[in-house]
Amino acid sequence: MVNYQARLDVTFAALVDPTRRAILAQLERQESASVSELAAPFKIRLPAVMKHLDVLAGAGLITRVKSGRTVTVRLRPQPMREAMRWLSRYERFWSGGLDRLAAHAERKEAEACKSR
Amino acid sequence: MTSLTLVRRIKARPSIVFDAVTTAEGIAQWWGPDAGPVLRAEADPRKGGRYRVRFRTLAGTEHESSGEFLEIVRPERVVLSWRWKGGGEDPNESRVEIVLRPIPEGTELTFTHSLLHDEATRRTHEAGWTGSLDKLEARFMGQPIP
Repeated sequence: MVNYQARLDVTFAALVDPTRRAILAQLERQESASVSELAAPFKIRLPAVMKHLDVLAGAGLITRVKSGRTVTVRLRPQPMREAMRWLSRYERFWSGGLDRLAAHAERKEAEACKSR
Repeated sequence: MTSLTLVRRIKARPSIVFDAVTTAEGIAQWWGPDAGPVLRAEADPRKGGRYRVRFRTLAGTEHESSGEFLEIVRPERVVLSWRWKGGGEDPNESRVEIVLRPIPEGTELTFTHSLLHDEATRRTHEAGWTGSLDKLEARFMGQPIP
C-alpha cells in the first residue's frame, strides 16, 4: 500500500508539468514518436525535452526504445489509470457531499435573510 | 503529489458556509458520499482541535473518518487532516483544504483533498495541477467528470 501511494506521488509529480502533459497528449494521438518529433512543438531545447522524458520514463508513463540513432517513445498508460482511480474514488466521495453542503448552506442563508 | 480539487459556487455568505463545514451540526447535514445518514459528528473547530464523523452509506456500510483542524481562519479557510478509521482502502493520512472566497452571489468554495508525503512538493505543484484534472481525465480515460 505504501508503494502504491509512492507510485501515485511519482505519477502526479510527473503530470504536474504542462510540457510533460503536452508530450503525453501527443503520444496519445500518435502511437509512437521520435524524440525530435516530440521536441518540435516546443520552444525549448532538446536537452530540456530529454529531461522531461526522463521524468516521464521514471514515472513509468512512457517507454523509450533505441534503434540505431533513433529513440522511439511510446505511451504507457497504466500509472495514469491508477492515478485516475484514486481521483475518481475521492471525486465520487466528495462530489455528492459538497452538493448537499451547498444546499444546506443555501437553506441557512434563506433562513438568515427571513429572520432579519 | 496526489490531489483532487472541486469547486462549488454557493448562494450563501462565507460565514454560513464556513459553519456548515466546521461545526458538528453543519457536518451532520452533508458529510458522506450519498444521502445515507451521518450517525455521529463531533468537531472542536479550533487549531489543534479534533473532529470525528461516522456515517452510513445507502448501501448500508458504516465508515468513520477523523482528524485534526490544522488551520482554521473563519470564514476563509480550513485545513483538516483526514484518516479512515481502520484504514479501509486508504490507510494513509491525507489533507483536506477548504477555501472560501466571497463572490457577488455568495461564496466560491474550493475543496482540495490531497495525499502527500512532502508539503513543500505540494506547494510547488499545487498551482500547476489545479484545473488540469478535467482535461486529463477526459483525455486519458474518456470519462469526463460530470
